[in-house]
Amino acid sequence: MSITVDRPAAATPALARKAPRRLHPAALLASARRVLADAMPLTIMLVLILGIWQVAADRPSSTLPAPTKIWADCRELILHPFYIRGGLDRGLGWHLLASLQRVAGGFTLSAIAGIALGLLVGTSRLAMRGLDPIFQVLRTVPPLAWLPLSLAAFREAQPSAIFVIFITAIWPVIINTAVGVRNVPQDYRNVAAVIRLRGLKYFTRILLPAAAPFIFTGLRIGIGLSWLAIVAAEMLIGGVGIGFFIWDAWNSSNISDIIVALIYVGLVGFVLDRIVALAGRMITHGTSS
Amino acid sequence: MAGFLEISQVSMRFAPEAAPVLENVSLTIGAGAYVSVIGHSGCGKSTLLNIVAGLLKATSGGVVLEGAEVNEPGPDRAVVFQNHSLLPWLTCRENVRLAVDQVFGRTKSRAERADWVDANLALVRMLPAADKRPAEISGGMKQRIGIARALAMQPKVLLLDEPFGALDALTRAHLQDQVMEIHARLKTTVMMITHDVDEAVLLSDRIVMMTNGPHATIGEILTVDLPRPRDRLGMVRDAGWLAGRAAVMEFLYARHRTPAEAA
Repeated sequence: MSITVDRPAAATPALARKAPRRLHPAALLASARRVLADAMPLTIMLVLILGIWQVAADRPSSTLPAPTKIWADCRELILHPFYIRGGLDRGLGWHLLASLQRVAGGFTLSAIAGIALGLLVGTSRLAMRGLDPIFQVLRTVPPLAWLPLSLAAFREAQPSAIFVIFITAIWPVIINTAVGVRNVPQDYRNVAAVIRLRGLKYFTRILLPAAAPFIFTGLRIGIGLSWLAIVAAEMLIGGVGIGFFIWDAWNSSNISDIIVALIYVGLVGFVLDRIVALAGRMITHGTSS
Repeated sequence: MAGFLEISQVSMRFAPEAAPVLENVSLTIGAGAYVSVIGHSGCGKSTLLNIVAGLLKATSGGVVLEGAEVNEPGPDRAVVFQNHSLLPWLTCRENVRLAVDQVFGRTKSRAERADWVDANLALVRMLPAADKRPAEISGGMKQRIGIARALAMQPKVLLLDEPFGALDALTRAHLQDQVMEIHARLKTTVMMITHDVDEAVLLSDRIVMMTNGPHATIGEILTVDLPRPRDRLGMVRDAGWLAGRAAVMEFLYARHRTPAEAA
C-alpha cells in the first residue's frame, strides 16, 4: 500500500485590496430592492386584507364601516392625534398618553415588587412554601375582577386603575424571576464555589445576571398583560384614556373611531413589547432571547 | 515521602442504598506532576475530580492537599470544566478578572490585578479577543479562557475535567500543546480527567486507569517515562509512546471493556 500526497499550487497571495466603500448607484439600487423584498409580503397582505374588507363592508346593509368610510369619518382623528376641544373631546394621542401613564405607574410598581418577591421565593424554600400557593391562586383572578375591590379601597379612579395594572403584571414577573433564580446553572454555581463568591457578591455577580433573561421574560409578559388590562379597566372607570375613548365611541355609535383606536392600541402594545425586549437585550448582553 | 496531594480510601455513594460509584480510591500525586485519570464513561472519574475540588463530599475517606484536609471548594484547586463554564454576561477579560479580584482582592493592588489578568490571557494567547463575550468566540477559545481563569488563581493543583472533550481533533491538539507548554513553564501540579488514550499518554507523567463502575477503583497506574518536551510528531513513531498507548488500550478494551448494558 502506498499513500500519495498531492500538493496544490501555492495559494494566491492575497485577495485584491478592498475598494473603499462608496455608494454606487448599483449598490443603492440593490439595497433598495432588498428593503422592498423584505416589506413586500407584509404590503401584499395589508392590501389583500383591506381589499377584502372593503368589498365585504361596502354595502348599505353592512353593520361595520369599510376602510374608505373610516378614512372619510376619521381623517381628523388620524391626522391630528393631539387636538384638544375641551373636556374629554381630545385627540387619540392624549388618550393613549393617559393610558400609557397609568401603565407606566402600575408596571413600574409591579416590576419592583415582582422582582423582589421573585428573588425571595426563588432563594428561600420557606418563602416558596408559604407564598407560592397563594401566588398560584391569585394569578388566575382576571384583572377586571380586582377593579371593584380596588375602587372600594382607593375610592378614586386613577389609583384603582394603577392597582389593576400592578396586580395584573406582577404574577408573571414573580414567577419567572423565581424560576430564573432557582435554575442558576450548576456550572455557574461551581465557578462561584471555586472562587468562593458568597453572600451579596454571589447575589450581584452570579445570581442576578443568571436570572436576568428570565426576569425580562416575565417583564415582557407583564407589560403585555398590563396593556390588555388597562383598556378594559378604563372602559369602566371613565376619564381620559384609550379604553374610555373606545367605550365613548361605542356609546355615540362612532364605529369608525373604534376601529382607528383599536389599530392604535395594537401598535402601541407592539411598541411596548419591543421596548422591554430591547432593554432586556441591552442589559443582558444578548444572553436573553 | 508524603505526597503533595493525597487521596486516601475515598468511597462515594450518591444514595445510602445505592452501590458505591467509587470504592477505596487511593492516589498520591507529587508536586509538579501531571497525572491523568482515564476510564470508560460512568467509572466515576469526574466524581473523583469533583471530590478533590471539594464540589462533592466523599462518603468516606478524604483528600489532603499540602497537609491540609480538603472539605470545601477553593481557588487552590482551580477547575477547568468540560463545558468551559464561562459566565456569558461577562467578557473574557471580565471572566478572568472576577476570579482574580476574588482571589487576590486583598493581596494585590488594582493595577497589579489588571496586569495579572492580562498576563494570564497572554499565556493562552487570548489577549486579542479579551473583550469579546463567550458567545462570540469558538469552543477552543472558550476553553483557553477557562484555562486562563484557572491558572490566574495560582492554584496548588490544576484540575482539568475532560477539558478538550468537546473540541474537534485539530483544536484539541493545539490546546494540548499549549497546556504542555504552560505546564513546562509553570510546573503546576495537574490532575486531568480524560477518555482519550493519546491525550493521556502524550501529556502525562502517570496515567491512572480506573475500572468500570459501580464499585470503580484504580485498576493500574502507568508511568509514562518519555522525556519532555514531548513533540506530537516525534511521538508518532516513538517506541515508548507506542508501548504506553498499547498498555492503556489493553487495559481499557481487553480487560475492562464497557459492560454491554452501558453501551
